[in-house]
Amino acid sequence: MTDSLIRFSALTKRFGDLVVLDRFDFDVAPGEKVTLIGPSGSGKSTVLRILMTLEPFQDGDLTLAGIPYHQPDGRGTFRASEKHLRQIRTHVGMVFQSFNLFPHMSVLRNVVEAPVAVLGLGRTEAECRAVDLLRLVGLAEKKDHFPSQLSGGQQQRVAIARALAMRPRVLLFDEPTSALDPQLVGEVLGVIRTLAHEHDLTMLLVTHEMRFAREVSDRVCFFDKGKIVEQGPPEKLFSSPEQPRTREFLKSVLAE
Amino acid sequence: MIYGFAWDTSSPLAYALSILPILGIGLIVTLEAAISGFAIALVLGLVWCLLRRSRLKAISWTVAFVVEFIRDTPLLVQLFFLYYVLPDYGITLPAFLTGALALGLQYSAYTSEVYRGGFDAVPRGQWEAATALNLSRFKVYRDIVIPQAIPRIMPSMGNYAVSMLKETPVLSVVTVLDMLNLANMIGDRTFEYLVPLSIVGLIFPVMTTLCSAGIHALDRALPKAGFALR
Repeated sequence: MTDSLIRFSALTKRFGDLVVLDRFDFDVAPGEKVTLIGPSGSGKSTVLRILMTLEPFQDGDLTLAGIPYHQPDGRGTFRASEKHLRQIRTHVGMVFQSFNLFPHMSVLRNVVEAPVAVLGLGRTEAECRAVDLLRLVGLAEKKDHFPSQLSGGQQQRVAIARALAMRPRVLLFDEPTSALDPQLVGEVLGVIRTLAHEHDLTMLLVTHEMRFAREVSDRVCFFDKGKIVEQGPPEKLFSSPEQPRTREFLKSVLAE
Repeated sequence: MIYGFAWDTSSPLAYALSILPILGIGLIVTLEAAISGFAIALVLGLVWCLLRRSRLKAISWTVAFVVEFIRDTPLLVQLFFLYYVLPDYGITLPAFLTGALALGLQYSAYTSEVYRGGFDAVPRGQWEAATALNLSRFKVYRDIVIPQAIPRIMPSMGNYAVSMLKETPVLSVVTVLDMLNLANMIGDRTFEYLVPLSIVGLIFPVMTTLCSAGIHALDRALPKAGFALR
């Protein structure tokens, strides 16, 4: 099976005694847009954080574009070398709930920094591309501002441009609108919607915006207690969920 | 007569004025020792701090032990050790260099803790964002963490700079001709210690006050979010 870009097989992740992901299996095809939903603490953000190499895992396998994440070290725990992880990270980008822009750098510098430092682009070329990306997220005129001078929604749009500047194959969104005032959510979702039309970009999105999930995803996965309880195309999962827990969850979030 | 300046003990004021140039030369040595000692402490402290954060336990534990040892040993013992013991092993350093090194070494143990606190204060999201952008560990520190840590560590670093300045007279015991040593030498020759020692005692608070004011101004001038180093 070589047609999946991301493959979790029997992956187990524990924080101390707490099992966050329990023999977890999950496949994502190239270009697929997958939304992860579920109650908090169900492990969906952990899936993204493991993919971004921000968290190690204890057991099982994970591959991205055929590259395994771990290098077994004989003691049963898995933690790859920094060099290996950096190779994996060239394929993945992440957008965080709290934006995490670099506060000491201008908007342009935030977007230019990594392409220059990591991809080795010339500064002029990197700036050219950064301006294009900022235009894509509608913030080209803010390029000389500092993050603290922007609204949350604008900061998150810059963060998306910054992640895109590294040309990832996979872009992870970890509750990108949860930290935003309600009136700012729309502008960020608008940008993500635009990206969802990019065929080559694989997207994994953790969100509580159910209507948005329905609109942009090819597949929705419902998580509970470290497992995917139910998954399928959004129309199917949202209109006629099969599992009682999925029904319960959807009823509670849609009632809001 | 020292450094070509003779003293005039006819009156306390004439005495004070006549030895001021000598003490001035000593002051320059004092400042040089403090500045070079602090420069060593800033660099070495950063090195300790980074090594202590190494993922290799052998490195982080060894460095932790060494730093703790340096911190727990009196400066004077270290100074004597560097000055009197090292020559037995073929390492003979000039007095000034020994002094600056001892000061720097001792204070590097303190500054490494300040760096640690500063790095820990940089939000975890910053480290994660830098990792997600695939920056190397070196560039994460140089471009993201250190620039943001600088405004946070400024006040504590300033305190250590002032306190190190006040400790420089210790160097006189290994024959560094700092302000205190020269004041002493003048006293030895004139049998009149009050004036030279009083001048030294007065110059220190003036210097530390100026130093504190400078650090405070620098602290306020720094952008709170940090600034890009490149």
